[in-house]
Amino acid sequence: MTTIAFSIPRPTYPTGVWSWITTIDHKRIGILYGVTAFIMFVVGGIEALIMRVQLSSSELDIVSPEVFNQLFTMHGTTMIFLAIMPMGAAFFNFIIPLQIGARDVAFPRLNAFSYWTFLAGAIMLNFSWFLGGAPNAGWFGYAPLTGEAQNLGHGIDFWIISLQLLGIASLAAAFNFIVTILNMRAPGMTLMRMPLFTWMTLVTSFLLILAFPVITVALIELLFDRAFGTNFFVPAAGADPILWQHLFWVFGHPEVYILILPAMGIVSEILPTFSKKPLFGYPVIVLSGIIIGFMGWMVWSHHMFTVGLGPVPNAVFTLTTMAIAIPTGVKIFNWLATTWRGSIDLSTPMLFALGFIAMFTIGGISGIMHAQAASDAQQQDTYFIVAHIHYVLFGGSIFALIAGIYYWFPKFTGRMFNEKIGKIGFWLTFIGFNMTFFPMHFTGLDGMPRRIYTYADGMGWDMWSAVSTVGAFILAFSILVFLYNVVTSWIKGEPAEADPWDARTLEWSIPSPPPEYNFAEIPTVHDRDDWWSQKRRKVERPGAPVPVAGGSGYGGVEHAIHLPQPSYWPIVVSIGLLIAGYGLIYNVAVIAIGAGIGMIAVYAWSFEPVNEPEEGSAH
Amino acid sequence: MAQAPAVPHGDAADETTTGLSHRKLLMWAFLGSDCMFFGSLIATYLVYKGKSISGPLPEDVFSIPVTSVSTFVLLMSSMSMVMAYSALTRGNIKGFRIWIMSTAIMGMTFLAFQTFEFRDFVQEGLTPRTNLFGTTFFTLTGFHGAHVTLGVIWLLSLFFYSFKRGGVTAERSLDVDLAALYWHFVDIVWIVIFTVVYLFGVFEGFN
Amino acid sequence: MAQRAQAAQHAAAEVHTGHPTPKTYFIVAMILSAITAVEVAIFYATWLGYGIIPVLAVLSTVKFAMVAMFYMHLRYDNRLFSSLFVGGLALAFSVVFALIGLFRFFV
Ligand SMILES: [Cu+2]
Repeated sequence: MTTIAFSIPRPTYPTGVWSWITTIDHKRIGILYGVTAFIMFVVGGIEALIMRVQLSSSELDIVSPEVFNQLFTMHGTTMIFLAIMPMGAAFFNFIIPLQIGARDVAFPRLNAFSYWTFLAGAIMLNFSWFLGGAPNAGWFGYAPLTGEAQNLGHGIDFWIISLQLLGIASLAAAFNFIVTILNMRAPGMTLMRMPLFTWMTLVTSFLLILAFPVITVALIELLFDRAFGTNFFVPAAGADPILWQHLFWVFGHPEVYILILPAMGIVSEILPTFSKKPLFGYPVIVLSGIIIGFMGWMVWSHHMFTVGLGPVPNAVFTLTTMAIAIPTGVKIFNWLATTWRGSIDLSTPMLFALGFIAMFTIGGISGIMHAQAASDAQQQDTYFIVAHIHYVLFGGSIFALIAGIYYWFPKFTGRMFNEKIGKIGFWLTFIGFNMTFFPMHFTGLDGMPRRIYTYADGMGWDMWSAVSTVGAFILAFSILVFLYNVVTSWIKGEPAEADPWDARTLEWSIPSPPPEYNFAEIPTVHDRDDWWSQKRRKVERPGAPVPVAGGSGYGGVEHAIHLPQPSYWPIVVSIGLLIAGYGLIYNVAVIAIGAGIGMIAVYAWSFEPVNEPEEGSAH
Repeated sequence: MAQAPAVPHGDAADETTTGLSHRKLLMWAFLGSDCMFFGSLIATYLVYKGKSISGPLPEDVFSIPVTSVSTFVLLMSSMSMVMAYSALTRGNIKGFRIWIMSTAIMGMTFLAFQTFEFRDFVQEGLTPRTNLFGTTFFTLTGFHGAHVTLGVIWLLSLFFYSFKRGGVTAERSLDVDLAALYWHFVDIVWIVIFTVVYLFGVFEGFN
Repeated sequence: MAQRAQAAQHAAAEVHTGHPTPKTYFIVAMILSAITAVEVAIFYATWLGYGIIPVLAVLSTVKFAMVAMFYMHLRYDNRLFSSLFVGGLALAFSVVFALIGLFRFFV
């Protein structure tokens, strides 16, 4: 249809590096996301270990205070934006089209663009170590710590640009998944028949598209202050640096739910499968997920109780924050009720899912303690908060994400993992995690501040800090065990059946790993947990090939299925953005080069059809 | 690799769950999201309103009659945009070209007004660095201007593409519909900015 | 191809059923211009004092709504589109008002 001047032949690489670079297959993009996010998780973990070594005893001098500032900033930023969020995105990519009975996402090339832009952000952030020093103002980057006069060097600039790139990536992905979920469900899959993970992805995507513009604006303002000498956060010009805190947390609190809601979705899939019972109170769990997402907008100032907003705002935000415990508690009780009298199979995914419930509940309870403004005044900026956030983000998000990796491992790779090593890994993770973070409740209540690079002898923090450090190494070892299990099983694990867990949702009705076209015949959905009821009722869909477990042959159907074709342009746009990003920091002319590359690629992309027309077809 | 029919993937609205096209759904979600973008910029502007510790202030630089004219031009461009879409759906490609070109010209007129306004302000001593008003004003209206610029590029692309056979047709009016939605959105953001920044800005009782 | 023809038919049918005609668009444009003129006039009516704020707010809300409903076709289109847009809009307004409240009334 379109032969533009710069027409370049469509990429057709079945295998090899180029096939991954040009891929727009949601499953491959999911794997790219997952692997990259895991590498970033390890990098962030190493940063954490260095900090734990430095803090293992009083008055150590293993890293300098300056490096310590960079370490905690990079650890927080990496874990939130480069590990947990993209791991969630990995699941969205791989699982969502399979769960809703679709052959791909709504915008396959936009999806590839999301991944490559995320990678550009990861590169931008992590290479700052080698380009004059990493950012050092905390993952929240409070003004005026980040000001041009207060923070020399380019660390903060790298942080700003990389977060902007990650924001673009997340926004593009979120728009894509909103449209995919609303618009590409298999016939019969009404909203209230959607799997819980799909539901939570939808809610998360809405949070993303509404929260990220706020941080985008805040970062633009900060960038302008640093680059062009504007006055957004300059107190000398009458500005109020508290505005940064407000904008950051208007984004930041919904962001917390962006990190936890996918985890809740994963757990809501695993618990019913391994209890052999439907999810208890499905509509209530869906509704409380929506309410959590909605109320997440009314609580942001609980991060700012000690700023001095005054009694009225503090009281209001205390009440709204406490109210959020209600839908969260509703979810926890429903999960417990799901397992009640089920025939529980304590496989590795289930162990991690149950671990999630316990650890997340502990984190939730310590959260309620500082939801109280008065009590928060004692806990703000102490290790008590560090304990809380790690109980919700590691004990919560990461436990659930590992549970999800084990649960869907057969579907991702077509192979089974080693159950024994998985279980050993779980107990190591569980013990290491609690040993690391539980003592922080004690040191925190004893007044140990966060973000200090060392502390005086005789403060009484030595013993529990040492315990935390030992725990951190056990935790790190457990991640190595997990990695060993994943890698060896991926290479030489036993071949997996289509439905090894006797599971409930549509992704288990197709072979493991799924063929490129996912579903030979788009299924028609009659029930919530449709695959489960199909198996029980032995339903045969008229005219559809019966999806035999592990079956590989739907001979001949491939010719009838029209898959979107690979494309060069998404990665080219991302490269343009990365170059323009470096240009913003170093050289204005480079911005023009990056923008030019991006612009050309956007045009090429716009005029490139999703599918090349067949020879001679009328158009 | 599977061979494909000529139907563009995103356009087959009949095959979607909601019966709505993917791209239009995406556009509306984007506009909802963009509200938060401009909301944050406007919030910053309003929080800092009257907090500048030195001049020039809005009442020193704004010229309401001039901005009223550019506001009127942008409003009229919205009408001509909808006329272009309407002409296209009726298969009137000539009408489409005339209307979309006049929309783009009015967009560029608005941008010219803005450029001259910015230049005037700078000559009167107001830059983004001068004070909080300068900082927030130039950022907010500058990002609106960037949106308009992008819209003009989009409209011109459609105009030139319409000369290619089968490039812009009634059956593919969705391509124009999306550009139109974006354009109208940029217009309504300006409606808010004109009232909140300009009219409220010069009003003495409000700061 | 059949789909194409169908879409064209559909688009043509829209003009007759419910969708506004160029005449409607023109009338809307005239109303929008008139409101803008009134806004600027009110701006010079200094005797209104603080009353200028609610009056201008209402008038520009009307303009905003008219463009969204007629030019962006929300009045004739699927409710889902309105929900997506109004959801973001309402949240944006809430955040703006909350921040103004926090900075101006509780300090
Ligand atoms: Cu919070």
